[in-house]
Amino acid sequence: MKENQPTIFEISKPGRFALDLGKGDVPACDLETLVPAHLLRAKPAELPEVSQPDLMRHYTALSTRNFGVDSGFYPLGSCTMKYNPKVNEDVCRYPGFTDLHPLQDPESAQGALELLYNMAQHLAELAGMDAVTLQPAAGAHGELTGLKIIKAYHRSRGETRTKVIVPDSAHGTNPATATVCGLETVGVKSAGDGLVCLEALKAAAGPDTAALMLTNPNTLGLFEKNIREIAEIIHDAGGLLYYDGANMNAIMGLARPGDMGFDVVHLNLHKTFATPHGGGGPGSGPVGVKKPLIPFLPVPVPSFDGQKYGLDYDRPSSIGRIHSFYGNFGVIVRAYAYIRAMGPEGLRQVSEDAVLNANYCLSRLREDYHAPFAGNCLHECVLTARNQKPFGVKALDIAKRLLDYGYHPPTIYFPLIVEEALMIEPTETESKETLDGFIRAMREIAAEAGTDAARILSAPHSTVAGRLDETAAARKPVVRWKP
Amino acid sequence: MAWSYLPHNEADRRAMLDAIGAASAEQLFADVPADLRLTGGLNLPPALSEPELTNHLGALAKINADLRNMSCFLGAGAYDHYIPSVIDHVIRRSEFYTAYTQYQPEISQGYLQALWEYQSMICEITGMEAANASLYDGGTAVAEAAMLACAASGKKTVVMAQAGHPHYREIFQTYARDKDLEFRLAPYGDGLTDLTGLRELIDDSTAAVAIQSPNFFGCIEDLKGIAEIAHARGAYLIAVVDPVSLGLLEAPGALGADIVVGEGQGLGIPLSFGGPYLGFLATTEKLMRKMPGRIVGQTTDNRGNRGFVLTLQAREQHIRRDKATSNICSNEALCALMAAVYLSALGREGFREVAAQSFRKAHYAYRALTSLPGCEPVFSGPFFKEFAVRLPSPPAEINKKLRRVGILGGFDLGGPYPGLENCMLICVTEKRTKGEIDRLASEMGAML
Repeated sequence: MKENQPTIFEISKPGRFALDLGKGDVPACDLETLVPAHLLRAKPAELPEVSQPDLMRHYTALSTRNFGVDSGFYPLGSCTMKYNPKVNEDVCRYPGFTDLHPLQDPESAQGALELLYNMAQHLAELAGMDAVTLQPAAGAHGELTGLKIIKAYHRSRGETRTKVIVPDSAHGTNPATATVCGLETVGVKSAGDGLVCLEALKAAAGPDTAALMLTNPNTLGLFEKNIREIAEIIHDAGGLLYYDGANMNAIMGLARPGDMGFDVVHLNLHKTFATPHGGGGPGSGPVGVKKPLIPFLPVPVPSFDGQKYGLDYDRPSSIGRIHSFYGNFGVIVRAYAYIRAMGPEGLRQVSEDAVLNANYCLSRLREDYHAPFAGNCLHECVLTARNQKPFGVKALDIAKRLLDYGYHPPTIYFPLIVEEALMIEPTETESKETLDGFIRAMREIAAEAGTDAARILSAPHSTVAGRLDETAAARKPVVRWKP
Repeated sequence: MAWSYLPHNEADRRAMLDAIGAASAEQLFADVPADLRLTGGLNLPPALSEPELTNHLGALAKINADLRNMSCFLGAGAYDHYIPSVIDHVIRRSEFYTAYTQYQPEISQGYLQALWEYQSMICEITGMEAANASLYDGGTAVAEAAMLACAASGKKTVVMAQAGHPHYREIFQTYARDKDLEFRLAPYGDGLTDLTGLRELIDDSTAAVAIQSPNFFGCIEDLKGIAEIAHARGAYLIAVVDPVSLGLLEAPGALGADIVVGEGQGLGIPLSFGGPYLGFLATTEKLMRKMPGRIVGQTTDNRGNRGFVLTLQAREQHIRRDKATSNICSNEALCALMAAVYLSALGREGFREVAAQSFRKAHYAYRALTSLPGCEPVFSGPFFKEFAVRLPSPPAEINKKLRRVGILGGFDLGGPYPGLENCMLICVTEKRTKGEIDRLASEMGAML
């Protein structure tokens, strides 16, 4: 493999192109007389000029310099990198879905609206909620939508509540979303067992509490078993409970956020419901709410009057619009296909196997790697590099060495409350053989730390690129090609 | 029951439970209190086999009247441009679409480079210094740009053009409400933002002026003049642009824009009933470090080779948490890749040609339609690929009739714009043939 793939600008040659567009069959018109000269482009955009074979070779070469779930095991904690079913990639490309204009008459898009309507019902059932909006385009967008709904609810009751309680194990998007929503974040410490400390929560909750944002199971892969008490503390203070659905893959068909006392839930279709992550999107982050919050859902809301499906804009208490149209429809189609393929028993089996796989990794690795918490985990487990640190080997180094074995590393240095964290989420789509191979590699690296730490510290050795200088990249950013 | 996505058989499960030291799968859920366990099972439809699934989805898809069987003259923020075949062949490489965000650059060089090339192309067409690796869509990109302008200036008011996409300002209003940002609407006259009115709305509290061009009516705004008005009061200019138009129209960067955003769907991304689309955002070098979203930067690896990494991450939520200026995490990377392949496929000449053909065909349609008795132009200003006509009867009625003859008519402007009842916004892309345009004119002529 070449050490560098030239950029597409470097392989450009004047006169080449990769699409035969045709000349167009209408008479010419005089651009200069129709548009003021100073608004016309003076200098053409210097886009690359490549032939079609050059283009395909370029992007194919780039793809070979990248790792996806189809390339190998991807146990990236909190990201739920499960297998993306291929039939979903086909059905979402049916022309009846792709060649559909969002503003065409709903009468002519009944199939799409029926799918949206039913998908919202299915997700509400899974989460134990009363209604769902499919509009948010990603998890963080769902968080924003959810917090806005909560704020609108408090406002409708004449209350000004300014604070969001977020445990110290939370995803970074939680506090960032609170800020974007004009709310202040109050952190609560986790107790020694990795769960929310009830005393700290009681102290933090009060008349200014708008919401508690919680992931359950939390980012340590542990179930917040005091969730009933937690809900009571927050509800007694007049606040609402927000469920970050990043870890929903652990409990489908087994337990529901709605039954735990959560008022608002977001789900990540690109995690739990097997839609591809796309290298950082498009995702989809539907939000479910309990009945009192339904009036505040963003517009439009897919509706059904018993005969026709439609889009309901007549919602005076709505938080307003949050997406240019109705959300990432193409992603929703894939997730809908997944739910229909699995059925209720299948989804429950998904969560059982996801939890089984994580516990298997935990149990087979806890001898070599320090496990900060006793007992079982749910869908992901957190280990640390504490045992390797005396040899100068950190979590980052273990991650880089795993690349040499052909694995995507676990999430590292998260959750923030665990020093040198390695967070492993195998997902249910990995076989015992795959897990055994990964466990073997992890053990070899643990052994290597004692015998040849230098080999780990200089890893990766077998990838197309070595460790990259991120400091230099940020100090003097080069973010675009310049001719 | 078994599922093809789940590899374990019962023997595997048993062996793994034994290794864990658990008697049953049930035991692994011991921390979930018994009274929270779902006992009845989920009330969802039963599992479908793959053939059943494709039949079911095929039947749903078939109910929709899709654009294969209609001539589309509907735009209004989502456009039926031609999508080159190469795009789907590239994005179906599973190394791209099944990957996650590029947190491990050593095994993500391909995607990082593709996104860096995308950023470069966005900079090139907009005339800006830096672009991010995507936002959700055009509307949220406008909201993010406005919040960026407020954060960078420390001011709290944003003036948006009424002639901009109504959905985009609605999204900003949703975003702005909880941040205590103020929103002012700049009026229009004859299809263009009224510069006198605009001037009056800008004061020392104005963080930015957001102007769409071509605007929602398809008319081309004087971005240069508006930049001067905004800058005179120390406000940023946010230019909201149709990227396809930039093959013909001057790059907003050359006209004085500080932030350029827009909907990238027209760059090779299917209409797909409104998403997934592509929000793009580009800025001056000065604002680069305040941009929301992922940014890819060039660097070198420890072997001395050129490489790419996610950079300036100190801006982002996973590092700055409650101090971050945006909460965005997952974005629309694969759609950015589609846009990059699109722009690479068209190249320098093709990019201009798509814009030129769209312009030419829209003007041909304009002449054909406005020569029909009863069909009057609404505005007189210069336009790109969309224009408004006033009709003797409600557009909804005309569209219903057009649909019966396989034509998807234009957008009814009366909804969002009081005073523009009976006005229809017609969109013509390079994909429409002369025959289709002639047929639209003759069918409409017969109806009026």
